[in-house]
Amino acid sequence: MRFSALKILKEGLTGNKGWTPHWRDPAPKPEYDAIIIGGGGHGLSTAYYLAKNHGMTNIAVLEKGYIGGGNVGRNTTIVRANYGLEGNSQFYSHSLKLWEGLEQDLNYNAMMSQRGVINLFHSDGQRDAAAKRANMMISQGDDAILLDKTTVRELLPNLNHDNIRFPIYGGLYHKRGGTARHDAVAWGFARGADQRGVDLIQNCEVTGIDIVDGVVQGVQTTRGAIKAKKVGMVVAGRSSQVAAMAGMRLPIESHVLQAFVTEGLKPCIDHVVTFGMGHMYMSQSDKGGLVFGGDLDFYASYAQRGNLPTKEHVMEAAMCLLPQIGKARVLRSWGGIMDMTPDGSFIIDKTHIEGFFVNAGWCYGGFKAVPASGYCMAHLMATGQPHEVAMKHRLDRFVTGRGLMDEEHSGSQHNLH
Amino acid sequence: MRIACPICGERDSREFSYKGHALALERPTEDAGALAWDDYLHNRDNVAGVSEELWFHDMGCGSWLVAERNMVTHAFGAVRLAEDVKEASA
Repeated sequence: MRFSALKILKEGLTGNKGWTPHWRDPAPKPEYDAIIIGGGGHGLSTAYYLAKNHGMTNIAVLEKGYIGGGNVGRNTTIVRANYGLEGNSQFYSHSLKLWEGLEQDLNYNAMMSQRGVINLFHSDGQRDAAAKRANMMISQGDDAILLDKTTVRELLPNLNHDNIRFPIYGGLYHKRGGTARHDAVAWGFARGADQRGVDLIQNCEVTGIDIVDGVVQGVQTTRGAIKAKKVGMVVAGRSSQVAAMAGMRLPIESHVLQAFVTEGLKPCIDHVVTFGMGHMYMSQSDKGGLVFGGDLDFYASYAQRGNLPTKEHVMEAAMCLLPQIGKARVLRSWGGIMDMTPDGSFIIDKTHIEGFFVNAGWCYGGFKAVPASGYCMAHLMATGQPHEVAMKHRLDRFVTGRGLMDEEHSGSQHNLH
Repeated sequence: MRIACPICGERDSREFSYKGHALALERPTEDAGALAWDDYLHNRDNVAGVSEELWFHDMGCGSWLVAERNMVTHAFGAVRLAEDVKEASA
C-alpha cells in the first residue's frame, strides 16, 4: 500500500476501510542471513538500509517489546547537524541529508519540520565559541548564521531578552535543523523494511548469543533459537546486558535523561531554542505542547524516570528564558536510558567475534542519528568495512587513546559528558 | 534520592557527587598494560541491578562513600565509608 493524497481522499470517501497494517507480524524462521537485535529507530533503519542499499532481505529484527516502545519514543525529536569534530561532523551532516529526503524515500509522513535550531549565547566568550562552531558547520557544507541580538528578538519575541543576569547577546541559527515526529520515524522505517521482506519480530527477547570458536552462529530468544552468520546489536540503553551475553564488557555507563511536555498552548516558540546559561532546550510541538529537557541526572540508572533536583534545574532554566512558561502545566515527564561512553561519542564497529557487530553508545544524541546510524551499520554488516562517515567511531579507540571523539572537550572519562 | 551518610545521617542526594562505579580502590599498577588500564578506566559491568558506587559528600562532611544502589529502582543498600572498605580489604 502506498500513501498518496489521492489514496487519503478515496479512503475518506469510502469509510476508511481500505487501510492495511503497516507491517506483517511474522513468526521467526529458523535461520536468516542477518539478525538485528533491537527494533528501535537505529535497528529498524539498519534493517531498512540493509535491504535497500545492499539487497539483503532475508533478515530479521528482534524486538523484546513492541516497535517504537523504547528510546525512539522517549526523546525530544530534535534533528540537527552542528557538530565540529572531524568524524562526527561528516556523520551528522550525512544524517541530516538523509532526513531531508526521508519522507519521500519511505513514502511516510514523518512530520519532518526544518524549523531551525537557535543556540542562544549570553556573553562575549560564548559568542566567540558560537562563531567558531558556525564556521566549522559551514566548512562541513552545512548551514549556520550568527544572529545578533536584534534579530533574535524579532525571531523569538517571547523570550526574556533583558534578563539582568543572562541577557541574550545573539544566537547560532542552524536553519536546516528542526524536529521530526519520533514515532512516525520508527513506523516509517519499520514499514519500509517490512515491504522489502524484512521480518520484524516483536515480543522476542534475545536471551543468549551463540558463539563457537570466536564465530557467531545465531541467537537464543524467548521464541526459540535463530541462526545467522551475522548478528548486529543495536540496543542503546541496554547495550551492556546484550554485550555481556557475548562475553564483552563495553565502555558504557547507563544514565537517565529526562524530558517534559506542557499542556497545549498557542504558538509562542517557532524554532528549537537552547539556553546558553543552563541546561535547557525547548521546542513547541504541532499540538502546542512545549517540549523541553535538560541534562543527565548524573548517576547511573536504568529506571526510565529521574529525580526532582534535575527537574527543578530544568524548570528554573525554562522560567529564566521564557517566564510565561510558569503559567503552563507540565502534562508529562519521562526519562530515557542513555548509553554514555567516556568521550561522549558513539560506537559502530566490528568486534573480536567474527560476524558480531556493535552499534551503541549514542549518549544523549541518538535521535538525529537514526538514518545515518542505520545507513553506516548496514554498510558495515553487509561489506565488512566501515562506512566512510563512521570510520572514526571505533570500539578500540579507548584502549589506544587514538581518535577519541570528545566533542565537548571535557575529557574522556565516565561522568564528564 | 536520599543517601544515608555514616557520619551525617540521611541527607538529600544534592549534597553528594556521583563518582561512578566503586572501582577506584582497584587501581591497576603503573606497568599493568593498556588493556588493564582500559578496563579500569572505561569498561563497566553496568548491571541493571545492584551496583557498588562511589559517592563524595562534598556539600557535607567531605567523606568518600561506597554505596550499594539498585540502578533500576534507585533504592540504596548499605552505605559505608570508603576508608573502612579499603581497610577491610587490605
